Amino acid sequence: MSRRRPSWLSLIVGAATVAAPALLFAASEPSAPWRLPEEASTYAGRVDGIFNLILWITGIVFFAVEITLLVFVFKYRAKPGGRATYTHGSNRLEVIWTIIPALILVFLAVMSQDSWAYIRNHFPASGTVIDITAEQFAWNIRYPGPDGKLDTADDVVTLNQLHFPVDKPALINLHSKDVIHSFFLPEFRIKQDAVPGMTTRVWVQAKHTGHWEIACAELCGLGHYRMKGYLTVDTPEEFQKWLTETAAENTTESK
Amino acid sequence: MSEALAVAHPHGVHPAPTSFWRKYVFSLDHKVIGIQYMSYSLFMLVIGGLLAMLVRWQLAFPGRPLTFMGKIAPAGMPGGVMLPEYYNSLFTMHATIMIFFAIMPLLIGAFGNYVVPLQIGARDMAFPRLNMMSFWTAVPGAILIIASFFVEGGAAQSGWTSYAPLSAIQPKGQTLWLLALLVLGVSSLLTAVNFITTVINLRAPGMHFFRMPLTVWALFIDAILLLLALPVLSAAMIMLLFDRILHTTFFLPAGLIVSGTAWGNAGGGQPLLWQHLFWFFGHPEVYIMILPAMGIVSDVIAVFARKPIFGYRSMAYAMCAIAGLGFVVWGHHMFQSGMNPYLGTTFMISTMVIAVPSAIKTFNWLGTLWRGQIHFTTPMLNAIAFVAMFAIGGLSGIFMASTPVDIFIHDTYFIVGHIHYVLFGGSLFGAFAGLYFWYPKMFGRKMNETWGKVHFWLTFIFFNGVMFPMHILGMRGMQRRIYDYTQYAHLKGLQPLNIFMSFSAWALGTAQIILIVNFFWSLRKGERVGNNPWKSNTLEWQTTSPPPHENFAEIPVVYHGPYEYSVPGMAQDYLPQTQPASAPLASH
Amino acid sequence: MKINSNLVWIATLALPLAVGCGGGSKEEAPSFDAGNTAATTATTAAAAPAGAPAGAPAAATPAGGATISGKVTLAGTAPVMATLKMDADNYCKTEHPTPVKSQEVVDNNGNLQWALVYVKSGLPAGASYPVPAEPVTLDQQGCMYTPHVFGVRAGQKVKIVNSDATLHNIHPLPAVNAQFNIGMPIKGMTQEKVFDKPELPPFHIKCDVHKWMSSYCGVFSHPFFAVTDQDGNYKLTGLPAGTYVIEAWQEKYGPQDQTVTISGTDTKTQDFSYKAS
Repeated sequence: MSRRRPSWLSLIVGAATVAAPALLFAASEPSAPWRLPEEASTYAGRVDGIFNLILWITGIVFFAVEITLLVFVFKYRAKPGGRATYTHGSNRLEVIWTIIPALILVFLAVMSQDSWAYIRNHFPASGTVIDITAEQFAWNIRYPGPDGKLDTADDVVTLNQLHFPVDKPALINLHSKDVIHSFFLPEFRIKQDAVPGMTTRVWVQAKHTGHWEIACAELCGLGHYRMKGYLTVDTPEEFQKWLTETAAENTTESK
Repeated sequence: MSEALAVAHPHGVHPAPTSFWRKYVFSLDHKVIGIQYMSYSLFMLVIGGLLAMLVRWQLAFPGRPLTFMGKIAPAGMPGGVMLPEYYNSLFTMHATIMIFFAIMPLLIGAFGNYVVPLQIGARDMAFPRLNMMSFWTAVPGAILIIASFFVEGGAAQSGWTSYAPLSAIQPKGQTLWLLALLVLGVSSLLTAVNFITTVINLRAPGMHFFRMPLTVWALFIDAILLLLALPVLSAAMIMLLFDRILHTTFFLPAGLIVSGTAWGNAGGGQPLLWQHLFWFFGHPEVYIMILPAMGIVSDVIAVFARKPIFGYRSMAYAMCAIAGLGFVVWGHHMFQSGMNPYLGTTFMISTMVIAVPSAIKTFNWLGTLWRGQIHFTTPMLNAIAFVAMFAIGGLSGIFMASTPVDIFIHDTYFIVGHIHYVLFGGSLFGAFAGLYFWYPKMFGRKMNETWGKVHFWLTFIFFNGVMFPMHILGMRGMQRRIYDYTQYAHLKGLQPLNIFMSFSAWALGTAQIILIVNFFWSLRKGERVGNNPWKSNTLEWQTTSPPPHENFAEIPVVYHGPYEYSVPGMAQDYLPQTQPASAPLASH
Repeated sequence: MKINSNLVWIATLALPLAVGCGGGSKEEAPSFDAGNTAATTATTAAAAPAGAPAGAPAAATPAGGATISGKVTLAGTAPVMATLKMDADNYCKTEHPTPVKSQEVVDNNGNLQWALVYVKSGLPAGASYPVPAEPVTLDQQGCMYTPHVFGVRAGQKVKIVNSDATLHNIHPLPAVNAQFNIGMPIKGMTQEKVFDKPELPPFHIKCDVHKWMSSYCGVFSHPFFAVTDQDGNYKLTGLPAGTYVIEAWQEKYGPQDQTVTISGTDTKTQDFSYKAS
């Protein structure tokens, strides 16, 4: 078999093909479409870390597989008088390319589990307790009032306006009145379905103050796309002020 | 696996039909039924594609009127402006039609029916009448699903996944959707029983299991998947139907308040039960859709690389592993559903593991190409594209297998991108490979090669133009099933990308016209072929094109496996299964 | 033999078709006011003036000349109305820089606006009044329904307009007429609907995206209905002579009946008084 191109050239081309997009990626603005959004929560970094780890691994596999495919397709195209190599395979290769992917995937599972347990299995002992009842097509948000208890007369209720202070985790109980909705804050890397007939819980702590939008991430009817909420992360003082002001606005029955 | 050698049928399985109705409409012949399924599924593929074109309009230009649609669908698009509920029904029906009425009938009903008896050397399926009933049951299913567009309230609009309670409280179109799929379920079960029996009992003498082409392996395993998974869906759909029309509460908890009014149901139901039942079927379903394409692609690559399949036994075992593992990963669709997080861990592990057999298969396809003599016919181009695109789809699946990453990408366009890479990039390119490959066998003429290649390249380029950016949209947090993402500050900037994707989609749709014209033109004007235009080893190519009634003049005897290409010491580079080797062959 | 079993299959499969299509109309969707996507500002009824939107004068049954008018009042201290949570939607918030109160009880110095007053009984037997061709307009403006309470003739078109650049879904909840729930995502979109059966008490109309939005609609077989203005006044004109039960309906305090006898071209006054409890 004659070698038409030196192998070092293939290596350079291969490396360049991988490096170029990687460098472009790294050099781009955080708000560029091909980058993950800003990390607004304390655990967003964990999620992004695993995402990027998977991106590297799958990226390398992707380039390896596709480049190999392209090289084979060109190198082994039919030539007059040519003959294919008659082989039924290689058991040794089968073992190798079973075990290595399996090891990589188990590794990814183990790496993921730590963050999963951190986000889902452990609930902070204290924080800002918030009750959110989703319905078609709004978020009913409820805070315990001065008595510190939910579902009492002095609760502070808002429609689509979520506030919590930056210094503590927000402990959110999700309910739904009618169909399944999903509470989604992309920049915080949090998503949790709100299911009628059960209470689901999610917690999150912000890294800094600011404003974001809440999206519904489970198809819930014609208004699904407009089930938009507004999150404001306040300083502790701003939060108390807002809570008191909002409580004052809630007079008698609200619609 | 038992090596039961089938006894050749000495007499005909059914006499040759004479009347028009018996020949072309209520035929018992698997070849006619296969072509009937092919017509059915290609027609529904076009409908499903048109629905997607409309979806892409809304995504590119949210709220902009599309005037001619105002006349076709005045309820859903008054004045040409798409209503959100109509958008919801468009993507619901796009997915439903593509999955149940296009891909499955094409891969299983069309190619499965046509090719399997031929490839195992049988005269027909084990149960020809069941086969006919299976097709004619599928037809009312299609009628029902199309009719659902015209009922009050429009077609189903809760997504193809039809999650309760939303699907329980939607208008009438949802009931028709359930009925259509229940009817289709009957059709599929009849087919599954037929395939399994045929492969086990009707193999020609010498056709051991490990001498079957991988297409047959794939369809055999597929039929077992169908048999085990589909009844669960049917049961769930009956329960949902009862919740809708008989006021049972399988999926409805107590205290539902819809739009300020109490729904009035008794309660005791659990919405998550629907998801468990649906996905218990739903996950094997996606493997039902990919396995036949994998089988077809294996056969096509071996033929056009003129090489045995690399790792034939591994390929067969990998498909078995995919099928088996496919039953224990369903919870990965429910990581964020409120399901116990510990189940998230177990399903994550099984989901990561199921990537392994698919990886094995991808490496084996590469191994088959290695040191081959590759002929770039249209079927081969589509098969190579399958490998390239399925790799992307499979790799993107790893992101969602990781539970914490899934918190972010669940229900976003990242998932939609993954779906389309495996189902279009995978199943559909595999189906196209099968179509161009077996067309000459079915009709005695080849499809035009030049136009086949034009169709392939345009499809490949525009397919990637639509689907690859979906991963980017998902990374930015764009939800799926969203009528107008520009309502969100963090998503507004994605409109240019969406416009690019939509233009790609419309070009992709237009490019399919080439296939349609080529298909019909070639029926009359295509280059005529003999038995074996591709110089292939498998049994279907050892009889006429098209095969006669009862397929073979004599039941063939099989001497070796299906991939004996480029055997050293032979003048020709292929060795049909019916031709004994002059010297002992290497074992698999 | 074979043909028989085929027929059995076909007959069996026809069953789901029957089930799916039966049990309800396979009617085409009602026709809409298509083609009106340019921004249309609400043309009618910003606030309800006295007597509007009453029906056209009766043609089939001879027109009467009598008038019943009056005031609807509230005795006692009116309840404090809740402030509407307009900040649930940025668009609504920008439309209303100052707080907006609920319209459940609109009390201006004891005068109740938005009460629906109508003839409950007493019209001549067999009386029929032609339905006006002109539609009644219900507008969604500033994330509020205009008018807040209205009456419409059975069979009369209701033209629903979205004058807001935000999604409203129009979701009436009648008990007798057919319910519907239609998205109106684009400013200027209109829908035309008809309630074809008379219906009282007035049913609620709501928007699921903006929970405070609230309108009430009564459907009548005759034109003798009116909504009180900001001074609590109403007027029913063109009544033939007779003895009538006139009913006032207020969304919080419910219905109140009074009997009035009129003849010829009388103008009679009939007031209604609710007690704030």
